[in-house]
Amino acid sequence: MQYTLSILVENQAGVLSKISGLFSRRSFNIDSLAVGITADPTISRITIVANGDEYVVEQLEKQLNKLIPVIKVKRLIEGEFISRELSLIKVHSNATKRFEIIKIAELMGAKIIDVAPTAVTVEFCETSEKTKTLLDLLKPYGIREIVRTGTVAIDKGAATASK
Amino acid sequence: MINGADIMVKCLEAENVSVLFGYPGAAICPFYDSLYDSDIKHILVRQEQNAAHAASGYARAKSTVGVCVATSGPGATNLITGIATAYMDSIPIIAITGQVRSDLIGRDVFQEADITGACEPFVKHSYLVNKTEDLPRIFKEAFHIATTGRPGPVLIDIPIDIQQNEIEEFVYPESVNIVGYKPNTKGHNVQIKRAVELINKSKKPIIVAGGGVLGSGSKLKLAAFAEKTGIPVLSTMMGIGVMPSEHELYMGMLGTYGKPTANRALHEADLVIVCGARLGDRAVAAPDQMGQRVNVIHIDIDPAEIGKNVKTTIPIVGDMKNVINNLLDQIGNYKVSPDWTECIRVWKKELSRTPKVFEGFVEPRNFIGKLSSMLRSKAILVADVGQNQIWCANNFKIREGRFLTTGGMGTMGYSIPAAIGAKFARPDRDIVAVCGDGSFQMSLNELATIAQNNLGVKIIVMKNSRLGMVRELQDNLYNKRHSATILNDEPNIELLAKAYGINCATASSNEEAENIAKEMVKSDEAFILVCNVFPDTPSI
Ligand SMILES: Cc1ncc(C[n+]2csc(CCOP(=O)(O)OP(=O)(O)O)c2C)c(N)n1
Ligand SMILES: [Mg+2]
Repeated sequence: MQYTLSILVENQAGVLSKISGLFSRRSFNIDSLAVGITADPTISRITIVANGDEYVVEQLEKQLNKLIPVIKVKRLIEGEFISRELSLIKVHSNATKRFEIIKIAELMGAKIIDVAPTAVTVEFCETSEKTKTLLDLLKPYGIREIVRTGTVAIDKGAATASK
Repeated sequence: MINGADIMVKCLEAENVSVLFGYPGAAICPFYDSLYDSDIKHILVRQEQNAAHAASGYARAKSTVGVCVATSGPGATNLITGIATAYMDSIPIIAITGQVRSDLIGRDVFQEADITGACEPFVKHSYLVNKTEDLPRIFKEAFHIATTGRPGPVLIDIPIDIQQNEIEEFVYPESVNIVGYKPNTKGHNVQIKRAVELINKSKKPIIVAGGGVLGSGSKLKLAAFAEKTGIPVLSTMMGIGVMPSEHELYMGMLGTYGKPTANRALHEADLVIVCGARLGDRAVAAPDQMGQRVNVIHIDIDPAEIGKNVKTTIPIVGDMKNVINNLLDQIGNYKVSPDWTECIRVWKKELSRTPKVFEGFVEPRNFIGKLSSMLRSKAILVADVGQNQIWCANNFKIREGRFLTTGGMGTMGYSIPAAIGAKFARPDRDIVAVCGDGSFQMSLNELATIAQNNLGVKIIVMKNSRLGMVRELQDNLYNKRHSATILNDEPNIELLAKAYGINCATASSNEEAENIAKEMVKSDEAFILVCNVFPDTPSI
């Protein structure tokens, strides 16, 4: 089972290492991690996507809560949140293939942000599933490099994961 | 103006710290210099690990927090085992370390060690101080965190320049406000109601009490609850002492090295009420199966313990004292079934064994039993790790005193420094450390601390010329191949004692041991009793 945790932490040195240390120490696996500041500059949000069964998630939430700088841990409910990740994908291309690549990008709602004689760079901001689809479509042209951020997520509607 | 070092001392004074255990070095010198003018007593141990163990013994014996101090680099890294031990045993200690100058951190300068990084897995929390102004708040928070919720070690790492810098004035905060730390101390009402219902339905309930009962100061409350309901009590190793050993409802320690009666009772029970215990693999062989067989009520201050090892029917997160009070208030006239009481009584009789005595040796289990009645009723026995620990756990008869050992971490060498800490905490009580010949040699350097401070700590060395517990494991599982467990050509402990100016005698029979012990308890001086123990003596 994959799950997404939204964690509010005090914005102080060492917090990230405390959290990542906890994952490795207790052999929990992280699929993706993203950190950023919140509306309150003293507080950061860490979004973690991880894998495990119910026992693992529950332990993880509890162990995270025990860390002193962790203010709140919220497990986002499947279907009730929106998630995004940003990918920058550099695809091998020549003059003949360029048009096809641009077409695929358009179809998927991705942006072309750089074009060179032998490469096209695509920017895509979507869920990790859609990103996978795009990558599958681009693969045949030869992907030279992918740079991806971790997933960030927010509750749908008026709900929040804040204090 | 006041400098950081003076502030550190003032913070300790504000927290009513009267004894520190430590070892100096360059990076902590400003603090030691300020300490020189203070009324706080500093006890110089002979290795930093023992400063942490002494702080642990002190904390446990006095139900307060223990403080230890070390310098940067090797001083700090020497502390780690002691800090980790306190962590696994849930003992509140504060560890203060000196650190290299803040502008040099990260450059691998002389005696630099990333101690907050290294200790991350073993501390409840840690601080690397980067402003002198922050010291009062950090000390206040550290003491609060160490002693509240589930107790544990907190590390404060202080660069030398932070100790030297001056600020306008010292103001100690009156309260703490840590947004992410608000331990829940009140048990949830609905859960307590459900627990009461479940107890009312049970016929053969049992209480398993752990270190959390002692740490929260609720042993008398628990005894009252047990007596009111007739529910028998078992303890984990960390929970030994929750009830007087001879109490009719107390069934001893459970687990691999526990009492057969205790394990039998656990197996036959229809409801297990776990109080302040994590039920590690040594306490219950297959904890994950237990919850499938019987109903389990688990009470703990640490929500992460609940459901971690044992499947729980009713979790109650809260301070033990509050929760037991609630249970006492609501339990009404419930009594366990008379058959159950009878079972317990019969098992206690039938399943007790008499150890085999070997000629020319002290039988340690019999001797520990005898020793209990020679000591005053509030005596504190500190057991080390190994067979000696199991002999004590199962045979020391506690009345109003304490049994201290490292049940969580199992660190050899714990008993002597922890007994030193306990003696500073309770100078008027009998403090006895029992160790093996292996563990004795892991902290015998602390005999110097005992001598220098004229401490009346008694040490009993169970000399079996073996790393006995591992030897036993090899006998049972490794074809009796005694790989690295034979202690040949052991040092003459009487001569060693003499070198430190400590009285010592050796016994080779129980009669001899008892006679020596009789004299030993009469005097206020330190004493070492060496008991020659037959090498093949089993743990239980
Ligand atoms: C620091 C440390 N090292 C190793 C061990 C593993 N160990 C557990 S019991 C034991 C033997 C202890 O020997 P001794 O102190 O003589 O006690 P005995 O079992 O003989 O009573 C050992 C080596 C440990 N618990 N702690
Ligand atoms: Mg031994």
